[in-house]
Amino acid sequence: MPTYFEKKQLVTPGELLAEGDYLAGNNTYAEDKKIYASRIGLANCDNKKVDVVALRSFYFPKVGDMVIGTVLEVGFSGWTVDIRAPYTALLRASDVLSRPFKPQNDELSQVLSGGDLIVAKIASYDRTHDPQLTVGEPGLGKITRGQIIRVTPSKIPRVIGRKGSMISMIKQETSCQIILGLNGVILVTGKNPDDEELAMTAIQKIENESHTSGLTDRVTKFLKEEKEKQEENKIE
Amino acid sequence: MNEKPEKLIDKKGLRLDGRKPEELRPVRIEVGILSNADGSAYIEHGKNKILAAAFGPKEMHPKHLSQPDRMVLRCRYHMAPFSVGERKSPAPSRREVELSKVIRESLEPAVFLEYYPRTGVDIFIEVLQADGGTRCASITAAALALADAGIPMRDLVVACAAGKIDDTLVLDLFDTEDKVGCADVPVAFMPNLNAVTLLQMDGTLSTEEFEKAVNMAIEGCRKIYEIQKEALKTKYMLIKEEEEVEEE
Repeated sequence: MPTYFEKKQLVTPGELLAEGDYLAGNNTYAEDKKIYASRIGLANCDNKKVDVVALRSFYFPKVGDMVIGTVLEVGFSGWTVDIRAPYTALLRASDVLSRPFKPQNDELSQVLSGGDLIVAKIASYDRTHDPQLTVGEPGLGKITRGQIIRVTPSKIPRVIGRKGSMISMIKQETSCQIILGLNGVILVTGKNPDDEELAMTAIQKIENESHTSGLTDRVTKFLKEEKEKQEENKIE
Repeated sequence: MNEKPEKLIDKKGLRLDGRKPEELRPVRIEVGILSNADGSAYIEHGKNKILAAAFGPKEMHPKHLSQPDRMVLRCRYHMAPFSVGERKSPAPSRREVELSKVIRESLEPAVFLEYYPRTGVDIFIEVLQADGGTRCASITAAALALADAGIPMRDLVVACAAGKIDDTLVLDLFDTEDKVGCADVPVAFMPNLNAVTLLQMDGTLSTEEFEKAVNMAIEGCRKIYEIQKEALKTKYMLIKEEEEVEEE
């Protein structure tokens, strides 16, 4: 029952990863007791479970995920929202208004119109229906200020870091509020544009270097250096 | 160029472009060169130059084409007007429509279509320069574009042709050999699953010759697969190397 890869080895779709009593984890599939990769990524084996951390993937909706989406269209009883997934999501008017929705009283385009950005949670989704969103929790709803940055969805866990170490460090260093949409959209709101800019470059850096080790330390160092530079510029 | 050569193989047993019968043309592949596409690849197979781009999965438009139980693969093979000696009309010809279908069907077994019902993936293949064997090179590039788009796949698909010219079986025919020769057998192949996804033939071959030609083409596929795999890895390795330099 061998495995055919070293830890963190780059594998391509179709590469044979293991043979025998192994479990097929993320981005792999099993056929005749053989495990193959199904995406390009880094292979890993943990307790008989073979995983591939995808270097390239797209967001796939899951109930309970927090996402950031763009309103596409105002409909009769709700909105369609682009959440950068294979499916467009629906947001119902009654969910936003928190009271029964009456078409004769409420003008939906005054609440949200095309192009608006919203933070929402996925309320329901299965193979046969498009995902439905909800904004009925604190912290969710229309975005009024801040900046948006888009990364590959598979890299969101790296932005969060181990037990949230990375994200809390960036928040602290830049004194920005950061909301991570699991669909790869990140909202950064700070007190001034300089802070926002700094947080965004840090996130960009994480995306480009996400598969290397010691990243948190390097980003911390990078942020400190950049902050010093900003201070110097101010004095001048 | 337009004159029909009398012999396709000279006294030394070499072909018109100086290759041995079982030799491939040089192949060069690059992945991820179009930033607007979700995935892309560029292949130079001999004098063939082909671009492939993949978009999706996304909602199908028009909606009635979507399938409730699986993802729909759409494929467009197109030759640029300047890809051949005489200007080719940019309108899709009978041949292009057929090749689009053939390429789509050779890629379908490799993709996990059942994962994403009601969605669609579009593949665009643009032949910039053609010199025989474009369908094979297109399949090789299109499979890479799909993998680069992050679409889950059972295996990569590679394609290569074999054929018969002047009573000799040869690998990887180029334009003149294809037109003047006796037979052409393009084969698309999934190397890890050891499965053939496309098998065509035009011309005449005996049963034994056919079998030999198929095996030759599969051998050619395996060789191209190594280049294909490397090309895909190179794109993702590049990021790694850049950092190592940075750290020093």
